[in-house]
Order: sequence, then C-alpha cells, then structure tokens
Amino acid sequence: MAAPIQRRSLWGEALLLLLICLFCVFPFYWMVTTSLKTQVVALESPPVWWFTPTLANYREVLFIDKVGPALINSIIVAVCTTALAVGLGTPAAYALARFEFRGKTDLWFWFITNRFVSPVVLAFPVFLISRELGLRDTHLALILMYLTFTLPIVIWICTDQFRSVPHELDEAALLEGASQWRIFRSICLPLAMPGVAVSSILSFIFSWNELLFAYILAPKAAKTAPAMAVTFMEGYDVPYGKIMATSTLIVVPVLIFALLASRHLVRGLTMGAVK
Amino acid sequence: MSFRVPRRTIAAFLGPAVAALAIVGIAPLLYAVWKSLHYFNLTKIAQQRFVGLDNYGAVLTDPVFWQAMGRTALLFAIAVPIQIALGLMIALVLHRPGLSLWKTLTRLSLVLPMATTYAVVGLLAQVMLNQKYGVINQMLGWIGIDAINFIGDPTNAFIAVVLWDIWQWTPFVALVLLAGLSTVPPEIEEAAKLETKSSRTILRHVQLPFLIPSLVAVLILRTADTLKLFDMPFTMTRGGPGSATEFIAVLIERVGNRQFDIGMAAAQSIIMLAITIILARLYIRLFYREVR
Repeated sequence: MAAPIQRRSLWGEALLLLLICLFCVFPFYWMVTTSLKTQVVALESPPVWWFTPTLANYREVLFIDKVGPALINSIIVAVCTTALAVGLGTPAAYALARFEFRGKTDLWFWFITNRFVSPVVLAFPVFLISRELGLRDTHLALILMYLTFTLPIVIWICTDQFRSVPHELDEAALLEGASQWRIFRSICLPLAMPGVAVSSILSFIFSWNELLFAYILAPKAAKTAPAMAVTFMEGYDVPYGKIMATSTLIVVPVLIFALLASRHLVRGLTMGAVK
Repeated sequence: MSFRVPRRTIAAFLGPAVAALAIVGIAPLLYAVWKSLHYFNLTKIAQQRFVGLDNYGAVLTDPVFWQAMGRTALLFAIAVPIQIALGLMIALVLHRPGLSLWKTLTRLSLVLPMATTYAVVGLLAQVMLNQKYGVINQMLGWIGIDAINFIGDPTNAFIAVVLWDIWQWTPFVALVLLAGLSTVPPEIEEAAKLETKSSRTILRHVQLPFLIPSLVAVLILRTADTLKLFDMPFTMTRGGPGSATEFIAVLIERVGNRQFDIGMAAAQSIIMLAITIILARLYIRLFYREVR
C-alpha cells in the first residue's frame, strides 16, 4: 500500500530537482543562444527560440572589438596573482599551522577580516597611489591589488591542509637535522598539494571575476574582460549578441574551474565558516 | 601540537605574506583616511585643502548616503529571507536519500550561479529582462501577465536586482545549509524518524539546532556581500533609474569616479568600512573562537 505513494513522491522529488537545475542553468542557456543570434534575430519581439546560429558575434568581438586582448589581460592578471598568492601564502599557512607564537590569533583574524573589506574602500586611494608611481593601467597594479582577496584564500585553505599533514613525518625529519624550510619544501608542501590546487583554482576564479579594481585602475592597455564587457553597454544601440558572446567567453573558463572545484567553492566563499 | 621555533624562522615564513598584505591592504586604507580629511576633487586639484572632519560631518548628514544605506538594508531584508527559505527547501530535498545521480547533477548546477562573473550576471539581466526583447517577459506573457518594464521603472528595477540576487545566491545558501544538515549525527536523525513521521517536527527539533551556525554564517556573509554589492547593479542599471538601485558601493563609486570627489568618497567608504568591521568582528568572535 505504501509503495505507490512512495513512488509518486519520488517522481515529485525528481521534478523538483529538475526545476532547481533549470532555475540554475536557464540563464546560461539563454546567454549562449543569444550569443549565436544576429542582431536582427536578437531584437525580435517576442524572442525566438529556434533560429540559424552564427558565430559572427564571436568573430567580431574577438578580432575587432579587442575582447581577445582583454581576455589575455585577464589571464595574465589572474595567473600572476594566483602564483604570487601561493608563493607568499603557503609559507605563512605553514607557520600558522605548525608554529606556536604570540599574536597568532590576531594575525589570523587580520587575514580573515580581508574577506569583509569592500574593494570600493581601497580602489580610490590605490588609484591615486598608482598614478603617482606610474603603475596606472598596468597588469602589476591589478596583480598586487588582487592579493587582498587571493592571499587570504590561500592562507585559509592551506592552513587547514597543513594541519591535516601528520606530525610524525616532520618530527622524524627534525631529528635528522632538517631545517624548517627544508621540512616545509620537501615534506609538507608536496603532501598539501590538494589544498594548494583548490586555493589556486579559487583565487583564479575570484581574480578573473573582479570588476571594480579593473574598471578603476585599468582603463585601456591592461583592461580585463569583465571591464571590457561593461563598455559595450555605453552606446545607444545595445549589441545583445556581442555582449552575450563576450559574456560567454568570460564565463566558460570560470564555470569549468568551478565544476572542477565544486566541493570546495562554498568553503572558499565562506572562508571557513562552514567546514 | 605545534613546534617551538626561533622567532627568526617564524618571521621568515610569515614576513612576506604580512608585508604584502600590509602594502596592498593597509597602506591604501591609511591613505584613504588621510584623503578623507581633505577637500580633494580631481577636477579641482588646486583647491585641495585640509578640512578636518568636515567630510565626515557632510556624509553623516547627507540624506543621499543614508538612502543608499537604507536601500542596501532593504535589499538584504527582502532577498536574504527568501534565499534562506528557498535554500533550506533545496537543502532538505538534497539531504534526503535516493536519486543520487540526480542529486549530484543538481549539486553541480547549484555551483554555477555563485561562480559566474558578477558583472556578467548584471548583463544577463539586461538581456533577459528587457521589456520588448526579454525572455522573462515572454514567459510572463505565457501565464497572462503583461510585459513589465523592469529596467526603466524605479520600483521594478529594484525588484529586478532583488530577483537577480536571489538567483545568484540562493544556491550558495542551499549548499551552506546542506553542509550544515550533514553535521547532524545520522543515528540521532534515524532515531527521530522512528519517533515521528512529521518532517517538520524533525526539522524543528532535531536539525535546526545543528543548522544554527550555518544560518548565522549565511546572515553575516550575506551582510558583508550586500555591502560590497557593486558589479551586478552597476552593469545592470548603473544605479538607476534615478537612484533606485544605487546601493552603497555604487554610490561611492559614483562620487569618486564620476564626480571625482575623492575626499568625500573616502569618508563614505571609511564609514562603510567601520560598519563592516563591527559586523566582521562580531562574526569572528562568534565563529573562530576555537581556532588557535
């Protein structure tokens, strides 16, 4: 007697799951299909669902509208800031996980608090400073500013990872006379690679997505892809297909990385509030 | 267990990271405080002068600033309860056993909105919510609702931002709460299921106590992120029409970048930062106590 009820509730549940998936994925479907429409098709009212797709928008934005160079800027900035954050952050994370010293809690708080600082607070002073130093519109200015969020992410994730590396290994090495640096480099860092990988992916995603610093600090030569997408909105005739083609180019790499690190994305966004 | 090591070693490990964060995080902040004590407009550099706390006085008595703060608070007050309600529903469905392939797929699709470039989310809103060409209005037409001018009307534009915030962050809330649900010891949940058939009773008396930390975390993180919210409303409406979607970060960007009044923008951002830090300290007090 209970079986049919259970079956029906299972169907209900499957339907609900399908709705949730559609809710999440539909905007991406619409983004990609719009990017394959010509401006004439995109401006049909009501919108059409079936049409002959064209890659013209991609060709145009990549080779004529300088989205190609902007994507390269984005890659340079995101890769460099991630490498720098890992280089600076992993030793710090190791120290936080392994050493005992005064002021450790305060230091930890300070690292984590960066999660809460709005970039709009730093953007204008940095704008003035970078102008003085001749760093305006350079990759370096963005790479350095992105450390404000990539470094805390790396430190947070890797501290957790170093804590889970068993102590017996480094104790043995210490008895052999290895230096702390040697233990870090040759024993702990290789074992903490999963954490390094996850935090690299997260800091790549967050740097890639950043808009405010990029918009204010890098108006031309170092302009990143999100800042480029914004400029399309400034004309009178809004080119829907081109905007969505640019958006697709920006979003696809991020989504791939997000799926790769899907289990850890929430952890990165909460900075450890949820394990 | 941790090692006792010489101070020099500790400094060598921590020094570079601390120095880097101090240079990019703290130095600009101090510079902002210094500039906030000046009249400093990029278009009138010659008139730059020290004005003490005048900018702060002006911001604290400026109705535009408080309206933007109020708008930000209103967005939080409307969007976050909906995100929690929907998120809890999704988390409870995903937490039930069975249909595991479907659930893995759903969990993967939930990751997508929160990873999407926030600026692109705003652009997508432009395209999908357009009165004439937008697919959302087409869908509303199917159920007999007339096309709505989402972007052009002040109230509707605000509603559109709320809807889009719900789209992007409900999955995040759902996954955080799902992680919270998995902290309920299975034997307690099993025992409760033998006692009662009502899933509401189980939620109320068994699962909720374990969800409290996740719920508080969601509240505080959403507070911080709502105060930061810039990209999505900026690419969607530029804060308009009028100032209908001018949230606090959008306002500061306008004052600094489009009115060139950097002294005033600095004062506004310092006040906003003070509010954020009070909330962040409160949050860290609550959550990181056990971290040594």
